[in-house]
Amino acid sequence: MTDLNQDQKEQPRVGLFVTCLADLFRPSVGFAAARLLEEAGCRVEAPLAQTCCGQPAYNSGDRASAKAIAAQVIDAFEGFDYVVAPSGSCAGMLRRHYPALFAGDEALEARAIEFAGRCWELVSFLHDLRGMRRVAARFDGAVAYHDACAGLRELGISEQPRSLLSSVAGLTLKELSAPETCCGFGGLFAVKYPDISIRMVSDKTKEIAETGAETLLGGDLGCLMNIAGRLSREGSPIQVRHVAEVLAGMADGPAIGPDIGPAVEEGDS
Amino acid sequence: MRITTPEFSANAKAALADTDLQDALAKLRAGFTERRSKATERLPEFDALCDQARAIKDHVLANLDDYLVRFEARVIEGGGEVHWCTDAAEARDVVLALCRAAGAKSATKSKSMIAEEIALNDHLEAHGIEPIETDLGEYIIQLAGEPPSHIIAPAVHKTKEAVADLFFEHHAQYGYNQRHEEAADLLEEARQVLRSKYFEADVGITGANFLIAENGSIVTVTNEGNAELTQILPDTHIVIASLEKIVPTLEDATTILRVLARSATGQEFSSYTTFSAGGRRDGDLDGPSAFHVVLLDNGRSAMLGGEFQDMLRCIRCGACLNHCPIYSAVGGHAYGWVYSGPMGAVLTPQLIGLEAAGNLPNASTFCGRCEEVCPMKIPLPRMMRRWREREYETRLQPAVSRFGLALWSWFARHPAAYGLLTRLAARGLALIGGRRRRIGWLPGAAGWTAGRDLPAPEGRSFRELWAAGKR
Repeated sequence: MTDLNQDQKEQPRVGLFVTCLADLFRPSVGFAAARLLEEAGCRVEAPLAQTCCGQPAYNSGDRASAKAIAAQVIDAFEGFDYVVAPSGSCAGMLRRHYPALFAGDEALEARAIEFAGRCWELVSFLHDLRGMRRVAARFDGAVAYHDACAGLRELGISEQPRSLLSSVAGLTLKELSAPETCCGFGGLFAVKYPDISIRMVSDKTKEIAETGAETLLGGDLGCLMNIAGRLSREGSPIQVRHVAEVLAGMADGPAIGPDIGPAVEEGDS
Repeated sequence: MRITTPEFSANAKAALADTDLQDALAKLRAGFTERRSKATERLPEFDALCDQARAIKDHVLANLDDYLVRFEARVIEGGGEVHWCTDAAEARDVVLALCRAAGAKSATKSKSMIAEEIALNDHLEAHGIEPIETDLGEYIIQLAGEPPSHIIAPAVHKTKEAVADLFFEHHAQYGYNQRHEEAADLLEEARQVLRSKYFEADVGITGANFLIAENGSIVTVTNEGNAELTQILPDTHIVIASLEKIVPTLEDATTILRVLARSATGQEFSSYTTFSAGGRRDGDLDGPSAFHVVLLDNGRSAMLGGEFQDMLRCIRCGACLNHCPIYSAVGGHAYGWVYSGPMGAVLTPQLIGLEAAGNLPNASTFCGRCEEVCPMKIPLPRMMRRWREREYETRLQPAVSRFGLALWSWFARHPAAYGLLTRLAARGLALIGGRRRRIGWLPGAAGWTAGRDLPAPEGRSFRELWAAGKR
């Protein structure tokens, strides 16, 4: 075995799939993910040819666009040992749905399957594949953890974030009473069926408040923006952050959404 | 019944504001899900049984014609008759003709979703035959003139007070003039009223949880014993069942029974599980002299071999409804027809058309809980997505959402333009968010901002910062 191979084995080349929401709304999640991956001994690159995983098209029934976007993602991450996303939803799309999307497609099915095998959600990648059990971070206070549905059910992510969070100094983890219940985000669902979505997220914010936690953490920005947006509208002081920010020790910046005072009324009509 | 699936959103809004309904749904959520979870935990082989049950149904669906013909032959051997019906109208007419042949003035009925699907009660009533629902929940909604709001708990949306009002109004004709409020008293009154109806009825109509090919038996599962009285007392027993209810053997039926009640109510077994093998034979002390099975297709055979075939494994346990966050927010009536929840979202477009039922497969967050708890492992989210694809392919979606999607996907396929767009959007939205970093209203995002803020972006896109060398 040459030194180069040895080096590659120990320092895998990881393509960071930033996710469209982190790119636009919360770059700090991307930087926290990059830092954690480096701490786990990876060489991290973020190819600029990436845009989105294609879920909005896929879940809206536009299979042709979803395939075109997926093919572009597969190309953009050609040659990386792993593709890691700070989102169970996007990682689930890459890992579980891309092979289904190209099923029966002679040109791309095999590539999609091979690609899917390299794709991981961030926290499960750190924990399960890289064997990370401790982080050096400190975060003072009680936090609740929201299990995002796709991560939980498509990728089996549940223990991994709790295990790593338990190593964060100063942090106390509180469990929600209905951790398996959806927060009502569901992508375009939140906009198409706002009454139901808002009921669901209101149930979730109530459940969060009942834990007594000061901060809510989760692994998916979609859910987190939904929950943060509702908490903000309710005037709740509970802060919302992506779990990667806390694990990377990068939770000193502002939380998702407002973190000062109650919501103002201008847009509440 | 009037189909209101196109008005799903309005139905949902009304349901969310209905406090009685919300109380009932909260109880349902807590009761059924907890009991199911305990029942499945107590049975270590539950998952293995589900796999077996699923394999039985897959095998049946691959050989459906063969098993149906075998079933018919056994029914005929037992002196019964099988009526093959292509659609709802044909099934209604066959049942009506059988009732008329029996000279029926009234027919008792035990709970049947197929009877709901073909709107049998309206048809019988319109032709002078009184249908009497004998399942307590079905009886209550029959008095209220409503469709079931849950496939196994049809009157789950009704409060005790609402039932008291209904009984007070409708039972006066039988000499009951006191308005009872206690559940036990209400139950006793219904029992008394129904008891005489059982004896008066000339025809008993039941559904079937299983049709058994090897011996021509039908199986009914209830908790009230009403299916037994319905089929044994009148002189004619009519079974209405859809064709996917078939299983090859008694053994197969018992395998599926082991997962059915556990998934539905969390019981190990329902209180009454009855196997009946046709009408009265020589030497039998009781039973109907005429036995008819009305076999309904109604679009199901068209699902065979296609993308929705897996839906035909459904055993109507209701677990997907009980665990669905959408169902448990709005209840069954919001779905606007007979079937609700995830199973309804997949089945309804097949039965009444996607044009009317398009809302149903869209009203899902794809949280995946339904597929997780489904004992038959039906890929419900995948099939809902498939309906959305059909909608897109047939251009049923509104032009504005098609345009929005097309625009977005153009950008998603052009990374340089996309990068520029997110760069601008990150700045623009951050400006709108201002110092407090919250957006309370945004053009085109009214659905989002109706009840929550949009957290403002940090101000620069990740791609921009990364390209500039930030780490």
